[in-house]
Amino acid sequence: MTALLQVKDLKKYFPIRGGILNRVVNNVQAVNDVTFDVRKGEVVGLVGESGSGKTTVGRTLLRLEEATSGSVTFGGTDILTLPKEDMRKFRKRMQIIFQDPYASLNPREKIRTVIGHALAQHQIGTPGDREDRIVRLLEQVGLSADYMDRFPHEFSGGQRQRIGIARALAVDPEFVVADEPVSALDVSIQAQVINLLDDLKDALNLTMLFIAHDLAVVEHICDRVIVMYLGRIMEIAPASSLYSAPNHPYTQALLSAIPIPKPGRKRSRVVLKGDIPSPINPPSGCVFRTRCPRAIGDCATIVPALKPVGLDHFSACILTT
Amino acid sequence: MNAIPAPAPLLEVRDLQTTFDLGRNIQIKAVDGVSFSVQPGETLAIVGESGSGKSVTSLSIMGLLPKGTGRITRGQILLRGRDLVTLPEREMRKVRGKDIGMIFQEPMTSLNPVHTIGHQIAEVIIEHQGLSQAKAQERAIEMLSLVGIPEPRRRADNFPHQMSGGMRQRAMIAMALSCQPSVLIADEPTTALDVTIQAQILELMKDLQSELGMAMIFITHDLGVVAEVADRVIVMYASQVVESGPVADIFERPQMPYTAGLLKSIPRLGSSVLHQRLETIPGQVPMLSRLPSGCRFRTRCAHALPACAQTEPPLSLTPDGREVRCLRWAELTLAEGIPA
Repeated sequence: MTALLQVKDLKKYFPIRGGILNRVVNNVQAVNDVTFDVRKGEVVGLVGESGSGKTTVGRTLLRLEEATSGSVTFGGTDILTLPKEDMRKFRKRMQIIFQDPYASLNPREKIRTVIGHALAQHQIGTPGDREDRIVRLLEQVGLSADYMDRFPHEFSGGQRQRIGIARALAVDPEFVVADEPVSALDVSIQAQVINLLDDLKDALNLTMLFIAHDLAVVEHICDRVIVMYLGRIMEIAPASSLYSAPNHPYTQALLSAIPIPKPGRKRSRVVLKGDIPSPINPPSGCVFRTRCPRAIGDCATIVPALKPVGLDHFSACILTT
Repeated sequence: MNAIPAPAPLLEVRDLQTTFDLGRNIQIKAVDGVSFSVQPGETLAIVGESGSGKSVTSLSIMGLLPKGTGRITRGQILLRGRDLVTLPEREMRKVRGKDIGMIFQEPMTSLNPVHTIGHQIAEVIIEHQGLSQAKAQERAIEMLSLVGIPEPRRRADNFPHQMSGGMRQRAMIAMALSCQPSVLIADEPTTALDVTIQAQILELMKDLQSELGMAMIFITHDLGVVAEVADRVIVMYASQVVESGPVADIFERPQMPYTAGLLKSIPRLGSSVLHQRLETIPGQVPMLSRLPSGCRFRTRCAHALPACAQTEPPLSLTPDGREVRCLRWAELTLAEGIPA
């Protein structure tokens, strides 16, 4: 499979200004040296806890944030250096689904207008065709066409997320970033939306970056998974190998921390001590070493590179052989 | 079940009904005829989706319903036999914090941003135990150390915003436990936390419970957390209890179609190997102002019969001591909740 999207050495620092001269006194190192690719027709999961930088990666590669350095190549073009006008063409090809569909829908616009805007913006079809297209989109995400003339507040959380998905898909994007698309939903509704995304992925051959903190949800929907911690990639692997044979100590701890809905099940849990350190002063060497149960002296000096540990499986730990 | 009579419950909720006024003469029953009890040392989990009434149940027990809109319209809340519903606010204030502690999902909303953590915990201790300022401050530091906060003496001087989410949740637990309440109500205490921090907090709560022997009411939507902490479970749907029983029974042999559906719709680890599609419950939770006739779940239930639209199913007691709200519970064999 060929890579549709290649991210290389992506870095995003948010400057902290202070003092009477309002000079940059420090940086929040949100994303540091992140390199990965997304192949055509693939769903890649991006997981991590708060402060891992997963959302910043998603926003930076759509240029909703400007990267500090690095490159993002989409279909052969480095989009980070594109002038604004040229970027507009790429926006049609790359879409985003947000966590909170309510915050991302204009409360004064009917659903017809919300989706119609996206079509008009990118000059897709004539106004007459657009109506048909909106009907088809709504049906595709499991909503009745009768809903076209309703306002966002008339829908439940699950329905609003379906509208958010319909809007993202309206312009036939080649690539979609889904940022925690099911986190705000109740369990029974979450399952409906996961199945919908699964179906759409097959029906439309979608390429997707699926950002989430829930590892069980990610396993359900993703082909490959990237694990981030404090701005850096710890491990990349096909879902089946990551969940059955996690290599990195952080991935192992993360997986063992998930409560399993099976009472009385005893299992060995790696309880990590302490909190995630501040991204303003991340630890030297391996960023995970301050909480790692296996850290040794060298971990403080060597920034571990991603090394192959299996088929298509990479881990950033110096203890990996 | 053995023949020894159950000990008198520590906290007993009997037929609780909590009504909210939505204005324009619209009233909804956010809690509708809920009964349960907890024993000392026991953890009872209340599970349900948004709007099921689980949080309103806990606010009713604490006497913290929003004034003017929400009120208890029926039932009793007995703490060691004393009815809290009829207690004057002045008396209730003594119960809160001293007999019943509470922790919430977002500590920032219940911690005062302008006082240090140490000061806030000491205040609770002075209020309920009448200790001197200096002694209360010492006790506050002991509490911070008990909940695993490193350098408790220094941390006591922190303001809430100077702490991480996990630390704040620990500080709130320290505050809730500072007067050694006999009941701790935890409303989604780990929902806002990262999974590695959640593991720490759950571990801490279990340790403290076995150390202090208090009863715990754990309100959550996360069935994984329920499996980990609960002894018994109550499942709520549209303001009512629809099923209750020991945690293993509920997960292994759910008897109410809603519980079975909920268990099957959770994404579980191992799906990348098994390639199973999630089973879903169709539709959505009905609005409390527009409940269907008969069984409130019937519009989403695969097992519903015409009779389900006519009769409101009672909460039936099963021979093994569980409760289930379904007309067809005795004849239905619901698929195992847990795939083997």
